[in-house]
Amino acid sequence: MNGTGVVEARGLRRRYGASGGYEAVRDVSFAVAEGELFALLGTNGAGKTSTMEVLEGLAPATGGQVRVLGHDPFRERRAVRPRIGVMLQEGGFPSTLTVAETARMWAGTLTRPRSVAPTLELVDLAHRASTPVQQLSGGERRRLDLALAVLGRPDVLFLDEPTTGLDPQSRQNAWELIRALRAGGTTILLTTHYLTEAQELADRVAIMHRGRIAAHGTIGELVRRYPARIGFAADGVPALPELPGVRDSTTTGGRVTIRTDALQETLTALLTWAQRLGITLDGLDAREASLDEAFMAIAEEVPA
Amino acid sequence: MTERDTAVRDSTVSGTGDDMGARDTGRNGRTAGVRRRITALARAELLLLLRNRLALGTALLLPIGSLFLFAPILEDLDIGMAARAYSLTGLAGFLLLYVVYYNLATAYVARREELVLKRLRTGECTDAEILAGTAVPAVAGALIQMAVAVPVGALLLDLPVPVNAPLMLLGMLGGLVVFWLLAAASSVFTRSTELAQLTTMPLVLICLFASGVVFPATQWPDPVPEIARFLPLTPVMELMRLGWVGTTGERAPVDFVGTLRPAGLPLAVLVAWIGVGVWTVRRFFRWEPRR
Repeated sequence: MNGTGVVEARGLRRRYGASGGYEAVRDVSFAVAEGELFALLGTNGAGKTSTMEVLEGLAPATGGQVRVLGHDPFRERRAVRPRIGVMLQEGGFPSTLTVAETARMWAGTLTRPRSVAPTLELVDLAHRASTPVQQLSGGERRRLDLALAVLGRPDVLFLDEPTTGLDPQSRQNAWELIRALRAGGTTILLTTHYLTEAQELADRVAIMHRGRIAAHGTIGELVRRYPARIGFAADGVPALPELPGVRDSTTTGGRVTIRTDALQETLTALLTWAQRLGITLDGLDAREASLDEAFMAIAEEVPA
Repeated sequence: MTERDTAVRDSTVSGTGDDMGARDTGRNGRTAGVRRRITALARAELLLLLRNRLALGTALLLPIGSLFLFAPILEDLDIGMAARAYSLTGLAGFLLLYVVYYNLATAYVARREELVLKRLRTGECTDAEILAGTAVPAVAGALIQMAVAVPVGALLLDLPVPVNAPLMLLGMLGGLVVFWLLAAASSVFTRSTELAQLTTMPLVLICLFASGVVFPATQWPDPVPEIARFLPLTPVMELMRLGWVGTTGERAPVDFVGTLRPAGLPLAVLVAWIGVGVWTVRRFFRWEPRR
């Protein structure tokens, strides 16, 4: 594997149809190290699923190179498949099979399956084992999806929007399971459009926009590129003095918002100033940039 | 550490793939793996068939029912052999058309539209294993019914011992492969399971009435009988009858050696259809619904 990455994409392109067709993925490069949890973020249509399908070996790349566990996942799928688990954004089940029958069928196709019953337990579906799949809720189907993806004890796990459609409790459970798998050494590549999910789980993230990676790094690195915000009620507050680190300050809807690159210094100076003048800053609120800001900024700044 | 953590870690194989849980290593293991995967899919498909009353009825009642329904047609025709032998071999045609062709085309469409085929393609099964695993219950169902019907029918109807039984078997097996491939091919232009009745109907009707299932194609004016020899079902019917009574109806019955020459064309037609089928499925089979 040359020690570079368990999952690698170099200059990956994917076009639908013949030349001149829609190019969903344009020059995407990244590497996921062994045991790492890497999240691909992006709005709908950003190219996440198109990228995943190439890495999963479901479709060939139009250009560039992909490697999973050192192999071409499309041409050498016999070598790759026994070691990966895939949870599609939308995969189906035969509707009249029960949960247990579905899992047993899948286990029968695997080289090194886990036992079915404990795996259903992992996703809290043990009590639904003899229920036909067509009677499951959307969230339960998603959990069955996850169970099948981990049933083969994969070294690498691809999860395409694993928690979409789950209620908050199930989402927490899924996160717990994903964290436990990662702790057990599984390399995980997931896509999501829930920023919290990336923040909760990922070691590193890449934000995709219109088929390209617009930003990537650890969450801390991404967030640091964007300003923190201080806000308070404008009522009864005189004009602000010069404060350190401030990018700009705006007043809208009776609230002042200060954007700053040095939250602590700005806030200290602001509070000292208010103290000296004896002003109360009503509804005071200060926070670091979140992934939301990075995400929104990227979605807005790239021209069409 | 939570219970869940422990459970995951205990059963997780971390790092590289060489672990104690692996099976199917080496060449024998590879064949065993193919068999295991196809069996797993076939078992699931059998459960689905047993739970689908319409499909089950089509598989078990329709062929034998059709046999009795159409048998009276032969009464006033000169077909060059016992009508009972003609009808009984015709059962192979009903089985191939209903159980293998129609039922299986419906199954492929259902699995595709339910996104089951897409899921299966993310796993360890090859494309051929997926197509084969899905087909096992239908193919086995047709084969078993024929294997039971021929001796039982022969005893009850007092028919002669087959002149060339291997030829009958060859015809049946070839037919199973051809209609399996045609079922997969038909699923390509069938958007829903309901439409499968419509899309498979042309071939079913043409074969029923021109391939000699219910009456000999020689009843049609020229050049229909000659053209009909190249339909996918005609060679199966010809090989079945040639193998059993030593004639397809036009000439006097022959012995074992005598069946070999007239078997040439039907066998060649079967092989050609298998070639066309394989090419079509490889080139056009769709694994996902059209968006």
